[in-house]
Amino acid sequence: MPQPTATPSTQPARASRRLWDGAPVPPLLVLPALVVALLMVAPLVYLVLRAAQAGPELFDLLWRDRTLMLIRNSLLLSAAVTAASAAIALPLAWLTVRTDLPGRRLWSVLTALPLVIPSYVGGYVLIAALGPRGVLQGLLEVIFGIERLPEIYGFFGAWLTLTLLSYPYVLLAVRSAMARLDPALEEAARSLGLGPWESFRRVTVPLLRPALLAGSLLVALYVLGDFGAVSLLRYDVFTRAIYNQYRGAFDRSLAAGLSLVLVAMTGVVLALEARARGRARYHRSTVGVSRPPTRVRLGRWTPLALAYCAAIVSVTLLIPIGVIIHWLIRGLRAGEPLWLVWSAALSSVSVSLAAAVVAVLAAAPIALMAVRHSSPLSRVLERLSYLGYALPGIVVALALVFFGSRYAPWLYQTLGILLVAYIIRFLPQALATLRAALMQVSPRVEEAARSLGHSPPRVWLRVTAPLAYPGILSAGALIFLTVMKELPATLLLRPTGFDTLATQVWSATAEGFWARAAAPALLLILLSAVPMAVTAWREGKSDG
Amino acid sequence: MSRRDIIRALAGLAGASLAAPVLAACGGEDNPASTAAPTATSQAGTGSGGSAATATSAAATPASTPAGTPAGAPATGTVGGSLTVYSGRSEQLIQAIVDQFAAASGVEVKVRYGDTAEMAAAILEEGQSSPADIFFAQDAGALGAVAREGLLAELPADVLDLVEARFRSPDGLWVGISGRARAVVYNTERLSESDIPPSILDFTDPVWKDRLGWAPTNASFQAAVTAIRVLRGDDVARAWLEGIRDNGARVFENNNAIVSAVIDGEIDAGFVNHYYLMRQLAEAGGDLPARNYIYRNGDPGALVNVAGAGILTTAKNQEQAIAFIRYMLSPEAQTYFAEETHEYPLVAGVPTDPNLVPLSEIQTPDIDLSDLADLEATLEMLRDVGLL
Repeated sequence: MPQPTATPSTQPARASRRLWDGAPVPPLLVLPALVVALLMVAPLVYLVLRAAQAGPELFDLLWRDRTLMLIRNSLLLSAAVTAASAAIALPLAWLTVRTDLPGRRLWSVLTALPLVIPSYVGGYVLIAALGPRGVLQGLLEVIFGIERLPEIYGFFGAWLTLTLLSYPYVLLAVRSAMARLDPALEEAARSLGLGPWESFRRVTVPLLRPALLAGSLLVALYVLGDFGAVSLLRYDVFTRAIYNQYRGAFDRSLAAGLSLVLVAMTGVVLALEARARGRARYHRSTVGVSRPPTRVRLGRWTPLALAYCAAIVSVTLLIPIGVIIHWLIRGLRAGEPLWLVWSAALSSVSVSLAAAVVAVLAAAPIALMAVRHSSPLSRVLERLSYLGYALPGIVVALALVFFGSRYAPWLYQTLGILLVAYIIRFLPQALATLRAALMQVSPRVEEAARSLGHSPPRVWLRVTAPLAYPGILSAGALIFLTVMKELPATLLLRPTGFDTLATQVWSATAEGFWARAAAPALLLILLSAVPMAVTAWREGKSDG
Repeated sequence: MSRRDIIRALAGLAGASLAAPVLAACGGEDNPASTAAPTATSQAGTGSGGSAATATSAAATPASTPAGTPAGAPATGTVGGSLTVYSGRSEQLIQAIVDQFAAASGVEVKVRYGDTAEMAAAILEEGQSSPADIFFAQDAGALGAVAREGLLAELPADVLDLVEARFRSPDGLWVGISGRARAVVYNTERLSESDIPPSILDFTDPVWKDRLGWAPTNASFQAAVTAIRVLRGDDVARAWLEGIRDNGARVFENNNAIVSAVIDGEIDAGFVNHYYLMRQLAEAGGDLPARNYIYRNGDPGALVNVAGAGILTTAKNQEQAIAFIRYMLSPEAQTYFAEETHEYPLVAGVPTDPNLVPLSEIQTPDIDLSDLADLEATLEMLRDVGLL
């Protein structure tokens, strides 16, 4: 099987002012892409409709110093979490792909797993573990007699929680790009006289840039839209202001107005990413098969590298799971029933699987257009899909409540509308992964297939899809685990009586029954971890 | 075998393999009755746990054949039909009593569970096309918000009259079902009842330094602050918040954590809703060094909020909806709320937990509970004081 590899062809694509540029786009791509884009616009239309009802009060609300403070806090948190995620993820990716780190494949699975911990659980766990009188304090009290730890609430706690839970977005993107890099490029650089560090900096890092940016974008926008962690750790950002309008003031118009500001912030982040991404191409320009990358011997650095991986894994994975097991045991001792409802687990798994398939299918035309037929239109379509991702879940859910109950009562409160909600919320995760995978498939291969008389759809199915297969799988795995833990849209749009593990965790914690939440939370984490672990394991295998 | 047959066979297999674990799961410990009556109520498969649910989802099977209602059911009378309830109260708290209603009335009840405020937002978004018949909310503020948009219908006078005027909507648009009193929970080894100051506002006294706990992010606490604002004005409320803060009150995530901290002696007293301690007492068999103190003198601390329900103007099942609310105010249901969720029954004649001050002795401050929906200014104040 030919190995798709990454190589920038040095000539940048010529800028074009035409809408259609490059090869003509098959209508088979445009139509589904437009349908998906239409879905993506639904929340925006809803927000504009609602905000229009707000009247002058909205301007009073927006025209306060506080608004500026909230914007600043949101952007600051988003930037800080993104930077920290990259700083954690880059060394991890390098260690697990390019070195002889012992237990490389196990580490590559474990370091990807924090993604399966929902932020509403992660926040609680962090407080339970690191709070002023949490588990860590308990240990320190026994050893050093420390009675109280400094507060973790505010910027620091929110930053820490979100970083620990979302760095795998960067890690996954960078790692798969790194695994498919052609070592010939670095070797060429070395043979031309660059040292190892210089060749890494000047050849490898630029090649990783699209992956790094794609992962960072996911993190940055995730942080903008997250509510669970910032509310538990009490850091004042825009999503909190939006939720307060709904929860405290029951005012949907003002909430919509505030959400539009969040949309604008998303636009700024997207524009920044687009500028940074540039228009370089990253597929291999010549024929041939790349070898697996050469591995750096860690030698006496091995213990340090192992300690780094172990530290990350214990903070992001062992502590949360340990705290949940602690709750579980405490509950069982106090005579709580095990509170495991298998039907909810089955609902979670089936709806998440369905969402994974549908989301990959929905992302494929947009990704193909973006990579193969780049044009202003394709770029607009691609950017649109990020809208729902950076909005708080409740905004997307209420938009669908609005449209669904009025215009599609046959779809309202069915699994169908739930799947639509998941696509609107999470499409970018599939899109970013697919896009990266497709960029590394050379169009020459597709052209060859077409010149042999195959129709474009046949080429996608028989040539492109198999080559991009690992990317398709990771896209599906990512959607699967995100949907497993999704809460706001599931609560508001599910069919009546449809329980998932996430709704069960919520239903128990809402009344403070932590022991009852523990069993479904553990099962949720375990089940979400399966596809993620399989993909990460496979990826570890493919690079030997 | 033709290709179509093969596909059909495979689809059948897939269906069976999907259905098998569902059935197996339903037959598990959590809800043994649901295999018997998987369609009785759509909640049957969700495992509300507890024996009440078990007994009733089997009994609710005759929903489709109303004549089959078991003899000896409570005297609500057979109503039949179906009902959709949007509930901000959690499944853990009310599913058992909903199942009892279903069994007694033969009404097939579909309950959607969610956060009270988010449910209210959803009902407002659905507007005229809401599938809901009833909104069962955890607090009066959310009911007030839905009522203000004209989405709640007036309840029959005889239903309203079951509950004292202070625990229902002045316009008759919603009615309280159970009461939730604000309380000061205190450690009985450190304090006795006489140590509690005459007003909640007096806890700002420096004598309470480093002895208190509170949960500023908790909705009930915020409603209590709103009550202080409404009754005594913003300046008093702000001074109180600052005073408690300066007394070094420990911040907790929720009421349960405060109660646990009082029991453990980590703090001497805390501001909570009354039933959290009641639940812990029930679990521990009543042997814990903590008690509730409930103000009864019209003090801002003597707030009793309610969980309540209203019928939507767009309800398609009016008759069933009224039957539901009537049932929730029946002696059976009121006893359930008193004994199982440890709340105050609101209907006269139903005994209150002996550990609680009877409602009749609590002189609540003069306040329309739906006004407690005005949370925005409270949130702003909490932020200014540095508590959010």
